[in-house]
Amino acid sequence: MGKRTIVPFGPQHPALPEPVHLDLELEDETVVRAIPSIGYVHRGLEKLAEKRDYNDMIYVMERVCGICSFGHGWGYAGAVEGLMGVRIPDRAECLRVMFHELSRVHSHLLWLGLLADGLGFDSLFMHCWRIREKVLDVFEAITGGRVIMSFCKVGGVRKDLTPEMLKMVKDTCDMIEDEMRKTALVFMKDSSVRNRLCGTGVLTKEDVIDLCAVGPVARGSGVNNDVRTTSEMYRSLGFEPILYDEGDCWSRCMVRVDEIMQSLDIIRNAIANLPEGDVSVPVKGNAPVGDFMFRVEQPRGEAFYYVQGNGTKNLSRARVRTPTNINIPAMTKMLQGCNLQDVSMLVITIDPCISCTER
Amino acid sequence: MAVMKFGGRLLRNLFSKPATKMYPVVPREYPERSRGHIEFDPTACITCNICGKKCPTHAITIDKAARTMTIDRMNCIQCGYCAESCPKKCITIVPGYTAPDAQKVSETFQIPEKPKEQA
Repeated sequence: MGKRTIVPFGPQHPALPEPVHLDLELEDETVVRAIPSIGYVHRGLEKLAEKRDYNDMIYVMERVCGICSFGHGWGYAGAVEGLMGVRIPDRAECLRVMFHELSRVHSHLLWLGLLADGLGFDSLFMHCWRIREKVLDVFEAITGGRVIMSFCKVGGVRKDLTPEMLKMVKDTCDMIEDEMRKTALVFMKDSSVRNRLCGTGVLTKEDVIDLCAVGPVARGSGVNNDVRTTSEMYRSLGFEPILYDEGDCWSRCMVRVDEIMQSLDIIRNAIANLPEGDVSVPVKGNAPVGDFMFRVEQPRGEAFYYVQGNGTKNLSRARVRTPTNINIPAMTKMLQGCNLQDVSMLVITIDPCISCTER
Repeated sequence: MAVMKFGGRLLRNLFSKPATKMYPVVPREYPERSRGHIEFDPTACITCNICGKKCPTHAITIDKAARTMTIDRMNCIQCGYCAESCPKKCITIVPGYTAPDAQKVSETFQIPEKPKEQA
């Protein structure tokens, strides 16, 4: 048995897009235990919800995280609408699905780029981000914001789309699909990628169930806990959960690659079957005494929203439980027994979003 | 397993135009709906202070007595909620981001008195 050493990893590390700290307990070059500590980007957004009007708060709530900004907006709006007993128009629901899937495409492309960067495949990283840029251009043209869209509001969405905009979304989807077919082959077949990913960081189905992992981490080990399965709107647009059974880094990567392709199909189906009508209903008055829970399948996994009303314009509690928060135990399990050089890549495979985790 | 799966793309790169633009030389074109900054037309304002109450970051202050409207440009998050809720539509959100600055910038507008017969 070698001598045990503790190596600090992060909060500032070239592999990490956001600050999280890990104490890696090493035996020679093998990680025996990883102890995470968070708390570097806490902003207290949940507390702020108690001081703001529930209608204004959505613009703060969607700033929980930049990448899954639309998902947070939808989650909060959905929870407040449930509390108020409001039913939003079908067109608004369909537009939300469309933009959420576009967000998933850009989030997964960002992640694929980060993974390629973690592997040391920098040209692949640049190309993934080049494709992602097209989605951001669509966001800016339609909603006005490249990253923080401010498109969702309590009661629907803020603006309707013109036929030209729908055509632009469809053309962008076709373009991304064409590009992704070529880029996905690199992740699927290239030996330099597969040598690093296949068989690394294996998480068995039992581990995933024990540690309650969510999102592509769970689906990469064959556990379907996709919230979209329960949504009628998603099912009508042709959604099927994507599952891989190997549980290694490669299968988590392939879940995301396939989800991009599926999201593009869902967006095209949504455009073809977009219902006519209004895009929002006014939501006024005090929030009633009571509470409501709402779930959204974000790119990183299930996000859970809880709101509690107290008969005034302000909520007495708004709680967000984000996917990264849940996936951290799975990550520490994955790190046990891995080589030190794989740590940065394994941390990336859960797609850590620390801003989400700490709110 | 295959090697050089990315080779074709890399070769194409050598002969294609760059995906990026030469930014300061070629200025960025903003789409029409882009939310860049707020513009305020003081002549139509009725100092109702709805924008000040709605603003999620309290970036807008309306002083009814002094008839002024102050925008803290650094606090503004360009959500466009003020422009949406203004009853007189005197706040608009237009493309083009404000320039970065080393100090906090706030702008104060004087709102002219309305003639008596209109009041």
